[in-house]
Amino acid sequence: MTSITVNLISGRTIQQGVSMEAGKEKEDYMKSCGIIELDAADIAALGIWKNSNVRVSSEFGSVIVKAIETTQGPHPGLAWIPMGPWANMVVDTNTYSTGMPTFKGTKVTVEPAEDEKVLSSIELVLTACGEE
Amino acid sequence: MTKLVTDVICPFCGTLCDDIIVKVSDDGKQILEVENACAIGAEKFLHAQSPDRITRPRMKQENGEWKEVTYEEAAKYTAKILCDAKKPLMYGWSSTSCEAQSTGHMIAEKVGGIVDNTATVCHGPSLIAVHDVGIPSCTLGEVKNRADRIVFWGCNPAHAHPRHMSRYSIFPRGFFTVKGQKSRKIIVVDPRPTDTASLADMHVQVEQGRDYELLDALRVAFKGEELPDMIAGVPKEKVYELAELLKEGRFVTIFFGMGVTHSLGKNHNIDIAIAVTADLNKYTKASIIPMRGHYNVTGSGQVLGWQFGFPFCVDLSRGFARYNPGETSSNDLLQRGEVDASFVIGSDPGSHFPFKSVKKIYDLPSVCIDPHMTPTAAVSKCHVPVALVGIEVAGSCYRMDNVPIESRKVVDAPEGMLTDAEFLEMVLEEVNKIKGAAA
Repeated sequence: MTSITVNLISGRTIQQGVSMEAGKEKEDYMKSCGIIELDAADIAALGIWKNSNVRVSSEFGSVIVKAIETTQGPHPGLAWIPMGPWANMVVDTNTYSTGMPTFKGTKVTVEPAEDEKVLSSIELVLTACGEE
Repeated sequence: MTKLVTDVICPFCGTLCDDIIVKVSDDGKQILEVENACAIGAEKFLHAQSPDRITRPRMKQENGEWKEVTYEEAAKYTAKILCDAKKPLMYGWSSTSCEAQSTGHMIAEKVGGIVDNTATVCHGPSLIAVHDVGIPSCTLGEVKNRADRIVFWGCNPAHAHPRHMSRYSIFPRGFFTVKGQKSRKIIVVDPRPTDTASLADMHVQVEQGRDYELLDALRVAFKGEELPDMIAGVPKEKVYELAELLKEGRFVTIFFGMGVTHSLGKNHNIDIAIAVTADLNKYTKASIIPMRGHYNVTGSGQVLGWQFGFPFCVDLSRGFARYNPGETSSNDLLQRGEVDASFVIGSDPGSHFPFKSVKKIYDLPSVCIDPHMTPTAAVSKCHVPVALVGIEVAGSCYRMDNVPIESRKVVDAPEGMLTDAEFLEMVLEEVNKIKGAAA
């Protein structure tokens, strides 16, 4: 199966902020943050439809999110997942003795996962903790 | 009849806007409209009114279901897990008032806890840099009235601090900046052409994680020395152009954000950004301000600072205050399994810590004090909803430039709900009972 390797960064978006304040257990939060923004060139290289689900994996973990075309681009080779539990499944946990995990600059692979489901924030965290 | 509450403080981000107008119902119980706030701030006010709001503490049962308990029972459980633990982590503090923080610190001293705030995943590296090299800074009022060169380095206020640009940094007309945006040159340094960059006179698309090199190159360019052709993905001509643009300014302000603190280099990226500011002061006036996230993360640093001498990562487990980011910081402690209870207030590590840390919270005896349902509440054993500071209870907060502002009460909290300060007082009383000290 095709996959691409990109450099992942995360952070605030206005949609992330609004949906977070409206309730993190709600669907809107998942729709705002359970996404990965990819450059048009990277979407083409991956050979997927826009707005289809993908699996993002790093040496720190793996998560299903929806791939959308970047809203603040172009930035080929760079990918963006808004801050939140989805991004935090795959970010670099190393703090290098500063206390700060390396939230920006994680090497990730992205592969198509059309048949898989993006979980809500609560489901995602509890499932990863081992609950059914 | 409705009434207007004016000069309300917005309890969302570190900009701490103080011009919000809230229309409330005559009985003072219902928020009807929010004026002047950004989309995020308005949503925070409106969510307080949500009909599905959780209004009583809950404990998680064996089968994973929540069971409602009283505030007294929740306070007893909280006190017990804190007292039973050898090294409890008391994390958050950034979305609550300085008064509540102060009460929380009394608990932490009694139980020998670690007090850490959200700077640990936000501007912690900036605080470390300030210890190392100091910081030439100013207030946002000075920025509005004086600054004619604004640099946004690794920050995107169009999304994260939506009214910062209209209140202080790009658009407002000030005493020496009478033409507003036309009086200023705006520079954005970011690996993405962000929405903030679309408002800028110059966008420097630095390669992600190579900010240190670019900042160092700027110091070289200020002196007019030779640079290689490309620096961090930026042609040298652009670096020289940026250096001249900054030197020509009458007053430069550099705002910086997570783009530099989250990337490799961390505190060293800030060290050199501060050095760039110091260099600029040889040619003109320059200052640098971190774009603080939570509305009162700055306040948490202030209160910890005057009580214990350190702004975050304060370890009280040995009976005196120690501070060593990397050792006494939340993510290191959780990931190494060095804490044995988790107490979270006014923050959501369940969403904003790497999952490896979240799993540890799930495995520990844990309490989450938060007005709403969050992933942190979901992984905790006890969830204590409280009134919202700045909406349902007043309290002191510090803006990103360290200016203290008293937030206001707009409406009553749902009946029977406690404020976080009240709940912490109850916990303190229970801790005193367990420890045998005089109340």
